Amino acid sequence: MLLQFSIQIILVAAQATWRRSLRPALVRDSVLLPLLGFAGLIFLWWAIASFRSELMPTPWQALVANLDYILHPFYRRGPGNLGIGWLLAASLRRVLIGFGLGALVAIPIGFLIGMSRQAMLALNPVIQILKPVSPLAWLPIALTIFNLANPSAIFVIFITSLWPTIINTALGVSSVSKDYIDVARVLEMPRWRQVFKIILPASLPYIFTGLRISLGIAWLVIVAVEMLTGGIGIGFFVWDSWNRLNLSSVFLAVIVIGITGLVLDYIVGKIQVWVTHRPASQT
Amino acid sequence: MIKPTANFANVQTANSSKEFLVIENVTKAYPKPNGDETVVLDDINLTIGENEYISIIGHSGCGKSTLLKIVSGLERATSGSIWLDGREIRKPGAERMMVFQHYSLLPWLTVRENIRLAVDEVLDHLTPADKRRVVDEHIAMVNLNAASEKYPDELSGGMKQRVGIARALAIRPKMLLMDEPFGALDALTRGRLQRQVLDIWENQRQAVMMVTHDVDEALYMSDRIIMMTNGPHAKIGEILEVPFSHPRNLKELRELPIYYELRNHALNFLDRNFSQDE
Repeated sequence: MLLQFSIQIILVAAQATWRRSLRPALVRDSVLLPLLGFAGLIFLWWAIASFRSELMPTPWQALVANLDYILHPFYRRGPGNLGIGWLLAASLRRVLIGFGLGALVAIPIGFLIGMSRQAMLALNPVIQILKPVSPLAWLPIALTIFNLANPSAIFVIFITSLWPTIINTALGVSSVSKDYIDVARVLEMPRWRQVFKIILPASLPYIFTGLRISLGIAWLVIVAVEMLTGGIGIGFFVWDSWNRLNLSSVFLAVIVIGITGLVLDYIVGKIQVWVTHRPASQT
Repeated sequence: MIKPTANFANVQTANSSKEFLVIENVTKAYPKPNGDETVVLDDINLTIGENEYISIIGHSGCGKSTLLKIVSGLERATSGSIWLDGREIRKPGAERMMVFQHYSLLPWLTVRENIRLAVDEVLDHLTPADKRRVVDEHIAMVNLNAASEKYPDELSGGMKQRVGIARALAIRPKMLLMDEPFGALDALTRGRLQRQVLDIWENQRQAVMMVTHDVDEALYMSDRIIMMTNGPHAKIGEILEVPFSHPRNLKELRELPIYYELRNHALNFLDRNFSQDE
């Protein structure tokens, strides 16, 4: 019993030294070098702000000025006077609704285009013409239709989300390996079951690539849309801060928007791994 | 060469043990852009018995894979017909299950799920418990118990092909079609898997049609070797009877002078056809 105990201690100690010997390289690659990158960026900001103090606040000044926002992200001080957490939540809500509706429409359309040559010939020119249009160009049309800021913003996000998902889904469906289809044919699988059991899972990696690109663009676009439509949201916060000559808050918003975008992409990547059982491709 | 003489529309199951699969005047041609056609297979006639293991051998591009695809139904013959057990083949069917050269496993399913997919599709009359038993039996048959929950990406080539073979056998096909099943494997794995497939076949005999370009593999495994001339216009050049009885032992075979006679004969045939093409 005692012997067993001491062996266990040795094992634990050995494991610890093994981890320690591994640690330096890991710490350097995953912590120190990225930190160095951020330090460089903050130094550049600090240098510019110190020499031209009329242009922008230094990082420290910005931090102090934003302390209230950072410490109390979810305050409610009267109508329209909300913490940055609420603003972020409002923007995320618009993006997720618009993106979700977009995916619901885009994935079936992409399937149709990928599976039928006629559908491809009919829809491809339309998509090629609408794809390069800036999503913001849809805003006046949306405002005319809905007469309200919020549905208009969601509509613009919806339009934005369509194209990359349609194109990637169609690509994925049309490039399903003939070998997989041959397996299904030899097994005498009916066509409709092939769609769900073979074609859909085989093209999921492409669909997810499309979804990730769509969500990334949607998050870019929501800031611009909210600047134009106003209301509650992180985009309007940027515009409002600039109007109040409060550049510190704009810097805060930039950082928050950036981190949120990164987190959104990370979450979709995680869902992709979970759904497809295969490592997500880097896009 | 064996010429079919019977009226095949009237072949009955009772006397089909010798004429289980009948390939009758099969020709395959692809249209060329300039309006002509390339004839890949030219008037192929062949009969295969119910428990017979045959190999089709020939140079690349001689249409041997095309012939296998036509028997499987994945491709259609330009003219001629194919009969299995007295019924004409017009489309793919699970009673003629394929083992693919590049395995064709579905990468989003585990080993067990890949086999289960085939069982679900073909043996849909079984209860879930029976289906599970069939899947388990065939995983065990190819010694993949330890890997049954793994995904194809995590397996070696030899293991993947064992899954392919288990999937094919699990749905109890009347006939097994193998398209260079060991072609993508290294020599050691190939030898081991050949032995394993032969073991399984010697235990439960059935009609097998295997495409290969390896003379030793054909001699070791099959009862007859169909040697094809070079394409275009590939025909059956010669049929070699392999006189060895089953179960076979590769070591013992290699000590027989007749093994080398047959081997040289086959190689000479291939060489002769190759030089014709040059």
